[in-house]
Amino acid sequence: MAAMFNGFDAVDLARAQFAFTMAFHIVFPAFSIGLASYLAVLEALWLATGREVFINLFNYWLKIFAVGFGMGVVSGVVISYELGANWAAYSDKAGPIVGPLMAYEVLTAFFLESGFLGVMLFGMERVGPKLHFVATSLVAIGTLFSAFWILSANSWMQTPVGYAVNPDGQFVPAGWLKIIFNPSFPYRFVHMVLAAYLTTALVVGAVGAFHLLRDQHLPGARVMFSMAMWMAALVTPIQILAGDQHGLNTLEHQPVKIMGMEGHFQSYKDGAPLYLFGLPDQAAGKVKYAIEIPKLGSLILTHSLDAPMAGLDTVPRENWPPVPIIFWSFRIMVGLGFLMLGLGLFSLWMRWQGRLYESRLLHLFAVAMGPAGFIAVVAGWFTTEVGRQPFTVYGLLRTADSASPLAAPAVGSSLTAFVIVYFIVYAAGLTYLFRLMAQPPHQGEQGPSHAPVRAAGITPAAGVAAEGQTL
Amino acid sequence: MTANIDLATVWAFIIAFAVFVYVVMDGFDLGLGILFPLFPDKTDRDVIMNSVAPVWDGNETWLVLGGGGTMAAFPLAYAILMPALYTPIIAMLIGLVFRGVAFEFRWRAPPGKRNLWDIAFAGGSLLAALAQGIALGAILQGIHVEGRHYGGGWWDWLTPFSIMTGLALAIGYALLGATWLVMKTEGALRDKASVLSWSLLFAMLVAIGAVSIVTPFLDIAYAQRWFAWPNIIFTAPVPIAVAAVSVLLLRSLANRSDYQPFLLSLLLFALSYLGLGISMYPYIVPRSVTIWQAASPERSQIFMLVGVAVLIPLILGYTGWAYWVFRGKVRPESGYH
Repeated sequence: MAAMFNGFDAVDLARAQFAFTMAFHIVFPAFSIGLASYLAVLEALWLATGREVFINLFNYWLKIFAVGFGMGVVSGVVISYELGANWAAYSDKAGPIVGPLMAYEVLTAFFLESGFLGVMLFGMERVGPKLHFVATSLVAIGTLFSAFWILSANSWMQTPVGYAVNPDGQFVPAGWLKIIFNPSFPYRFVHMVLAAYLTTALVVGAVGAFHLLRDQHLPGARVMFSMAMWMAALVTPIQILAGDQHGLNTLEHQPVKIMGMEGHFQSYKDGAPLYLFGLPDQAAGKVKYAIEIPKLGSLILTHSLDAPMAGLDTVPRENWPPVPIIFWSFRIMVGLGFLMLGLGLFSLWMRWQGRLYESRLLHLFAVAMGPAGFIAVVAGWFTTEVGRQPFTVYGLLRTADSASPLAAPAVGSSLTAFVIVYFIVYAAGLTYLFRLMAQPPHQGEQGPSHAPVRAAGITPAAGVAAEGQTL
Repeated sequence: MTANIDLATVWAFIIAFAVFVYVVMDGFDLGLGILFPLFPDKTDRDVIMNSVAPVWDGNETWLVLGGGGTMAAFPLAYAILMPALYTPIIAMLIGLVFRGVAFEFRWRAPPGKRNLWDIAFAGGSLLAALAQGIALGAILQGIHVEGRHYGGGWWDWLTPFSIMTGLALAIGYALLGATWLVMKTEGALRDKASVLSWSLLFAMLVAIGAVSIVTPFLDIAYAQRWFAWPNIIFTAPVPIAVAAVSVLLLRSLANRSDYQPFLLSLLLFALSYLGLGISMYPYIVPRSVTIWQAASPERSQIFMLVGVAVLIPLILGYTGWAYWVFRGKVRPESGYH
């Protein structure tokens, strides 16, 4: 089987493998970041109000969290070893800078999450509601620490600063604060965390809407749908603003990526157009069948109609990113972002009309938007990572010089193995997630624990009262 | 330069510590997967799974620290070892995927399909254990290095010796798993685990013996490290201690002690690990790259050392707390699932 990969380039296969395993991985942390925070909010509301609907929702989403988190963990372990296996030269050269950032991710985030996850999933009766809430909160904080460090490392690869190069060709740190808070990091961090929150809100909203379509009076479905629609309405505008700022930051530090995203093959002296649609032709260096709005590109990117904009014709061809991919992935992300805004506004209007729980159109829209966050996250990730090409460390280390000294059959075989394994595992995982979501949250909803008699410890009255007596 | 030498040694100990914690902690839960086929009863399997469900994820995090820490502190070694161990590493990752998701999936699968995830748990655990042992053997037998790269092919790791270390580690993990069950379960399940511990201990002693006998023949340097005067004063106590711990372990099983068999198995692992350290030090890629040659710059190592000094004690603290919360015997009726 391995022989069939002889005609392929090992670097392309390694890239395909990283893109494949990463695309499967990234959706789970995005979901976990948002869901962990949502669970902490639900548990806090339960502790504060004692209302049963909150603990039911907490236990309902906790089971889903457990499945999703497990899939995120195992696909994440793959990534951490894949770097060395497929990208050895990169690991050697960038290891002294990227390595410590990832080590801090493990030390501050992975251990915190995994250390308290057991108590969060199974420990309510053993530690009591208050300590349990601490565990939930620490898991949620852990997911945010994780995002901090991995996005710092990723952003450094996009906008490298604070480094020197030693005689062995390694990037060595010159200033850690500069490295951690590199120019694109704050923008990418805000954009990604908001994306994670929105992604989760859309899933929660879709599940709530799905059950409201069957029964408008389910208390759990009403509460989760309302909470999710507040998030969609409030966070989407902030996210669009954050995305715009991130784009301006990219224009400043990685203008070639923007040229690719916009399909600007040629330079424009007095105002660049915005291509709504078109088919970028990398070889011909132009956008075919373009539908464009004159000068809008300059307006969005420079906030001025007539600002001149350089195009890819000012850049050597060997430094061009793959334009068709990022042109389209960017448009998919932005398009979905505006659909999310539409959902948020529609929900506000329905809420104003007092029909939030009755409008079937809104509920159908929300169900349809359930996966939109995941698609937007993957599309956005493709935009920023493919837009970094043909470099791993932007402008400094070429992807072709980053790979391991492996022959194509080795990389091709492992790629095949990952594709087969991931399709089995993820198909099963998604089936189980859908099955959990297809059930409405019940009264007396159980967490991941399956013991026969559970009620005493987890009803709020008994739990909170017991806690009160011991104090 | 002196400061750098000290730092590299400190980091070698930190990485060695992380890998050791990983080996024993994920060792016992991988061992449970290896033993799974021997416990066909559904209730037994539920209890076995529940005995590690709250902690397995934390156990596996040490593997990420071992890998990520090596990339950060010894990037050159990471860059040489990972491609050299390509196939075992990929096999390990795939094994870990299957057994990791099985923890949740087997509770979510319809009853008819649950068995498939039990197979995934057992098969994935065995695959990961064999792959880790093979990787260890492949490192010990030497790796072909050219400049700053791995210079060999993608099947160089496969030798009788690496197969032997693969089997040895799987046996060792199974022993840890069996003694864990002695500690965490009761009744017939515990008795069965106790009987298994006897045979697994003998198998492990044979495996330790075989690896110890062959290793000095791999390279004259290993032989000199162990047998040359005056080294032997320091190395001779290691096999003597292995014998002593084994006797204590047998006695503790005979006395029906709950905790001692597991703790003594950990000690047995610690001694074997110490033996490996004696063979390898100061090389991180044996006979090719020392820890000083592979070390990342002082600024990288110091930056991380601050984090390690503060966070590792904290991590050990709350990990210990999590184990404490779920202490005691796991009973079928009070499972977490």
